[in-house]
Amino acid sequence: MLRLIVRRLLQLIPTLLGLSVLLFAWLHQLPGGPASALLGERATEEDRRAIEEALGLDDPVWVQYARWMERLVRFDFGESVRTGRPVWEEFLQRFPATVELAFAAMLIAVVVGIPLGYFAARRRGTWLDLTAVSGSLIGICIPVFFLGFILRAVFAVNLGWLPSFGRQSTGIDATEITGFYVLDGLLTGEWDASWDALQHLVLPGLALASIPLAVIVRITRASVLDVLGEDYVRTAESKGLRRRVVRGRHVLRNALLPVVTTVGLLTGSLLSGAVLTESVFAFGGIGSFIRDAIDTRDYPVLMGFILFIALLYVAINLLVDIAYSIIDPRVRVN
Amino acid sequence: MSKTTEKIDRLAELTTRTTTASGGSLWTEALRRLRSSKMALVGGTVMALFIVIAIVGPWVAPYDPTAQTWRDEVFTNRGVFIGPRGDNWLGLDHLGRDMFSRMLVGARQTLLVGVVSTVLGFVVGALVGGLSGAALAFGGKAGQRLDTVLMRFIDMMLALPSLLLAVSVAAILGQSLTTVMIAVGVIQIPVFARLLRGSMLAQAGSDYVLAARALGVRRRRIVLAHVLPNSLGPVIVQTTLALATAIIEAAALSYLGLGNPDASQPEWGVMLSQAQRFFDAEPMMAVYPALGIIITALGFTLLGEAMREALDPKLRS
Repeated sequence: MLRLIVRRLLQLIPTLLGLSVLLFAWLHQLPGGPASALLGERATEEDRRAIEEALGLDDPVWVQYARWMERLVRFDFGESVRTGRPVWEEFLQRFPATVELAFAAMLIAVVVGIPLGYFAARRRGTWLDLTAVSGSLIGICIPVFFLGFILRAVFAVNLGWLPSFGRQSTGIDATEITGFYVLDGLLTGEWDASWDALQHLVLPGLALASIPLAVIVRITRASVLDVLGEDYVRTAESKGLRRRVVRGRHVLRNALLPVVTTVGLLTGSLLSGAVLTESVFAFGGIGSFIRDAIDTRDYPVLMGFILFIALLYVAINLLVDIAYSIIDPRVRVN
Repeated sequence: MSKTTEKIDRLAELTTRTTTASGGSLWTEALRRLRSSKMALVGGTVMALFIVIAIVGPWVAPYDPTAQTWRDEVFTNRGVFIGPRGDNWLGLDHLGRDMFSRMLVGARQTLLVGVVSTVLGFVVGALVGGLSGAALAFGGKAGQRLDTVLMRFIDMMLALPSLLLAVSVAAILGQSLTTVMIAVGVIQIPVFARLLRGSMLAQAGSDYVLAARALGVRRRRIVLAHVLPNSLGPVIVQTTLALATAIIEAAALSYLGLGNPDASQPEWGVMLSQAQRFFDAEPMMAVYPALGIIITALGFTLLGEAMREALDPKLRS
């Protein structure tokens, strides 16, 4: 197990190095180079020259790269062109919002998706199965941001059941501890703040859940169908085991293995989707900040955020691999 | 008749029966299964319809899609959107352009973005994946090393969530229609590469490859004439599915402000992202292009899924 982890960690090094070279090349390719990226488009020629000298842009490229890497290791990405604050701080401040949203979406996807996929497989060919399968196809094909528009228009604007944007209603004065608003409310006992934050999570959570939900339904259904045809299920049934035992212990447990991997792999699509969903609902996480960074050509933010997300994504994939080899001993042998 | 001959006859009978029942190659059989699939029928019809519209759209469109013909009418009734009517079957957009004409002409741009980016992803991905798979399976130690290098490169691309990879590419290249195609194409590269590599590795271990090797067939011929054609199934399926993803991702890029900067040219993704500003007042302006995207993506996905099922050896009886 330890060897697996070490090997996977070592494999990450070239990947991340390559990614950093790519981003470094990007920084240098930008119109005006890093000086403009740091100073913004409206810098004077003198300012530019001063910062090029200060940054040592007359040094050989590899020296510059080494210097850049050194700053990178210290999480120093410069400042946001728009807010003037360090990129790393901006990231940390917005990160909990995105995690909260992604968690809500994944919760919806898992809690609805696994039972739906399971019963679709058990009642193959019925209207339930048909609805689940066609629903999940549509879920994959509908652009996430369009689904966001619709949900907002119907449930927020027309029916007025839920808030249409943001993470918190104005006028709610909540204490911030972790940055996860729902959790903060529970910790401090400010129930209404928690409830308010939860309401703000519903619509963006639903929009963001569309793709993971669709994928989980499909994978669960296919996997349960596979397992239902296995000999050990027939054996268990003919042994006279109670249905509940067969379904729980034999079918569901084995069928969930591929689902677990899928859930891990879906984090990437969650992060992609968060950029779109957050900007529809002005949610204030890293997603909407990226969207704003694109609009304002805030390159230090864009680059820093993308690198952080890559790191995060790679780390999650590693955790999924490890978790998978714990759940399924067969994986460990290879 | 002795017992032995009886047995042989019976065996011969059985073998002939199996050949007539399943006779033909992998592809003929897959095609046969595909033809009887309802999913393929629906998906194929949608796809054919979309392609026809994309081809003839600009000729049959009743009006110039970029001309703001009803500009005055829209501008004098500020805030009141004009819905479907006799002259304009789908109503007007916010600049007084005919929505129906824009939808028809937009189909071509949408298809173009989808096809070009998918072809790009397919060509580069298949090249990398094919090379990698062939090198690992038949290239010895040096091949193994080449495979490692290529796969690290692919891993690097996979280290970013797809949309963010597209955003990075788009930010490097600057805003243009070509950028959208390249950015969407780039995110398909790792998928195609991984798929073809995996499929080739699976084929490389099969008996017919062993037989060909034993017969002394050259490695290059084994790869090109035996392994590659047999590995293409999943890749072709993926191409169909990738067309659906490409159209959706292109729309997402437009929404993020990285789409075609010439917004007067109708393209469903651009139209959808433009319509968002008016969504609460006039949702239909967004719904038409969105429906176009959803139905097309659904068509491609259905066809792709049907093809996957048809090619799945597990389902072959």
